[in-house]
Amino acid sequence: MEYKMIVLVKQVPDTKNITGQAMKEDGTVNRAALPAIFNPEDLNALEEALKIKDKFGGKISIISMGPPAAAQVLRESLFRGADEVILLSDRKFAGADTLATSYALAMAIKKIKDYDIVLCGRQAIDGDTAQVGPQTAEKLNVNQITCVDKIVELKNKEIKVERSIEGGYEIVKTKLPVLLTITGEANFPRPFSAKKVLKYKYAVTPSEMSSYDEEYLKTTEIDQSNVIIKLWDHSEVGAKEEQIGLAGSPTKVKQIESVVLEAGEFKNIDNTKPGLEELIKELMNEHILG
Amino acid sequence: MPNFYKENDDIQFHMKHIDLDWIIELKENNFEDKGSFDYAPKSIKDAKDSYDRILDIVGDLAGNFVAPTASDADEEGAHYENGQVRYAKATEEALELFKKADLMGFTLPRKYGGLNCPVTIYSIATEIVSRAEAGLMNIFGLQDIAETINKFADEDIKKKFLPRFCSGEVTGSMALTEPDAGSDLQAVQLKAFQDEEGKWYLNGVKRFITNGCGEISLVLARSEDGTTDGRGLSMFLYERDDKMKIRRIENKLGIHTSPTCELQFNNAPAILVGKRRMGLIRYVMSLMNGARLAIAAQGLGIAEAAYFEAEKYAKERIQFKKAIKTMIPVYEMLANMRMKVEAARTLLYETARIVDIKDGLEHNIEKHPEKEKELRNELKRFSNYAALFTPIAKAYNTEIANEVAYDGIQIHGGTGFMKDFNAERHYRDARITNIYEGTTQLQVVAAIGGIITGVAMERIHEYEDEFDFKPVEDLHKIVKEMVISLEKSVTFVKQKNDISYQEYHARRLVEMATLIFIGYLMTRDASKSERKKEMAKFFLDFALPSCKMKADVITGETHNLLKSKDLILDGKN
Repeated sequence: MEYKMIVLVKQVPDTKNITGQAMKEDGTVNRAALPAIFNPEDLNALEEALKIKDKFGGKISIISMGPPAAAQVLRESLFRGADEVILLSDRKFAGADTLATSYALAMAIKKIKDYDIVLCGRQAIDGDTAQVGPQTAEKLNVNQITCVDKIVELKNKEIKVERSIEGGYEIVKTKLPVLLTITGEANFPRPFSAKKVLKYKYAVTPSEMSSYDEEYLKTTEIDQSNVIIKLWDHSEVGAKEEQIGLAGSPTKVKQIESVVLEAGEFKNIDNTKPGLEELIKELMNEHILG
Repeated sequence: MPNFYKENDDIQFHMKHIDLDWIIELKENNFEDKGSFDYAPKSIKDAKDSYDRILDIVGDLAGNFVAPTASDADEEGAHYENGQVRYAKATEEALELFKKADLMGFTLPRKYGGLNCPVTIYSIATEIVSRAEAGLMNIFGLQDIAETINKFADEDIKKKFLPRFCSGEVTGSMALTEPDAGSDLQAVQLKAFQDEEGKWYLNGVKRFITNGCGEISLVLARSEDGTTDGRGLSMFLYERDDKMKIRRIENKLGIHTSPTCELQFNNAPAILVGKRRMGLIRYVMSLMNGARLAIAAQGLGIAEAAYFEAEKYAKERIQFKKAIKTMIPVYEMLANMRMKVEAARTLLYETARIVDIKDGLEHNIEKHPEKEKELRNELKRFSNYAALFTPIAKAYNTEIANEVAYDGIQIHGGTGFMKDFNAERHYRDARITNIYEGTTQLQVVAAIGGIITGVAMERIHEYEDEFDFKPVEDLHKIVKEMVISLEKSVTFVKQKNDISYQEYHARRLVEMATLIFIGYLMTRDASKSERKKEMAKFFLDFALPSCKMKADVITGETHNLLKSKDLILDGKN
């Protein structure tokens, strides 16, 4: 059978290729020094969806929540084989934490309505929270399997996957619909397809179409037929204003500081009962345990 | 690793200035595909943007995926097991990537699933792939086989086979060489016979067949009983089955990832391509010319790789308390390497453009026979140029590949002799390029006619008319002096009217013409960039004396070797 899939992707600053000072003096992220890229594990999620489509057929919709510039990761999804791309963008979404983000994404998924599998990367390299996937599944009230390394079997309405756990892996089976978060171990993402790049190279959102401020849009080849990237705002997906953006985010950033990790001193503890008791006592005193 | 296209300043320079308009018009034929293929360009600007994006993908794959595993791929090489060939793991993975990226039908028409790129763009892609891993180019670069089918086979053969090339389902080989037919392909013996129903079968052995394990082979075979020369040969398409055995693969100095196979055909069923007896004279010559251009690109790619390795090493290697790059003997070597790379590039792109125009005109006349009268002279002109420039580019680019790779090791010193660095791999890989698809000596044979009969001078006159030399008049003067040397030499050889004398000096004449063409092209490039101007000056510093020296030799009745060859070669003191 064919599968309807939704992949959640995010444009993130490339923390591996920092071209200048990553932090501004006020402690906020200096985006200009960090080239924007497709979040690596979201690419693995897309690849997993493409593999399912190659094998069984189906349709892949991509949703990305972000500023207008995030349209780039949606174009890149088209270049790799996505069928439909949606940019969830609205000034009111700004400042969202993982709760507000997963609410907005869940509302967008509900608007699409018909789906078998939602895939997303395990975590994004900017926040590293790994919360958006699980929270989205909760809001959709569907099964979720996190940290998926491999899809072992997909048969009718049932899926069997291998998920990584500390020191090994476990096999998990569940019924569709399901939300999977995919790890970087799962696959090697495919390159752009030249034909798809040529087909979608002028794909734009309606707002890009009217703004014409980006260099690549200054061409006569671009017309209404290139408005391929759908743009949904909060009202389009029926999201409540108090649950999105800064208003819907219980997480408050108090302070940002640059932490330099240093190896501290270490202690040898005897592998004996008194030794372990001593360790537990110390950890409790340091408020690491308890 | 960088993107080998986007982060190559010299390729970017050419992409900015190269004139592709006419080629695009010929290739896209009023953009007739735009209604039926969603990836077809709608205008010249759109087509150029598409080429840029396609090469961006090639550059990314080459720089970020192929180059990092090239050393492992070379170390592992292709395998021969139980009568079958298996590529090195990295080669297999690379081919899979190229397939997924839709890059295996680069020049083929869209109706078969191809990208319909001009040869110029394909040459740039080939150069980029070769820089990453020279042996991979032999499989990527064999797209010329599909192109030959596209040019000469019937529509039903094209429909059946070309989409499979484009999708990457099959790769090809050209099975020409035999144990007793190498440079002399007229001596091919592999036999083709027809049964009562008219079906063709092949019997015999082919040797040194690059990627002979490919699913589709174009086989040159003797179809006419009792003949002994090229006119008895036809071209056949053979699809792998159990009637062809791969007897072995060669253990080679370089390009280890490219399997070189010995094939034995035992009543293997095959399909005739085009007309009988035209195999060698028409189709193989066309196939070879395409392949020669691809090898010119391969040579350039290897030279480029060798240069970058050496430059990096020279920057980092400290001796006598300073980087060796700051020392004159070292940076002179580096500058020479880079100059040769840039010279080879401008020559390659010019040659590819000529071939594109020739192909485009041919294609146009075929489609619109009413245009023949109007286009006939143009076609004749560009066919002559293609026949002259292709062997010249093949010879020059592959010779400099060897020189640059040689100096690449020299800059590394003892380290370069060790397998720990890539320098020795480039040196080994370069060595075949001036041998296969016709040795440099054979390229000279192919090019000399155009120099003696005046085709070279015709092109030079065009450069004089077309290029704007005003900003670079000092350089232009030097190139004109080189032309005088060539004219003097050609006149002398013609007046002498001695075929041995001409043959003896043919390589010198071809080298002079090569330096002059490059001189013109570099002077043209110099008018567009200050750096290019300095590079052109540096090139001409040595090109002019080299031409004059050759002219002195040729016009000085130099023939001692011809006179005394027996004594020199075989005599005793």
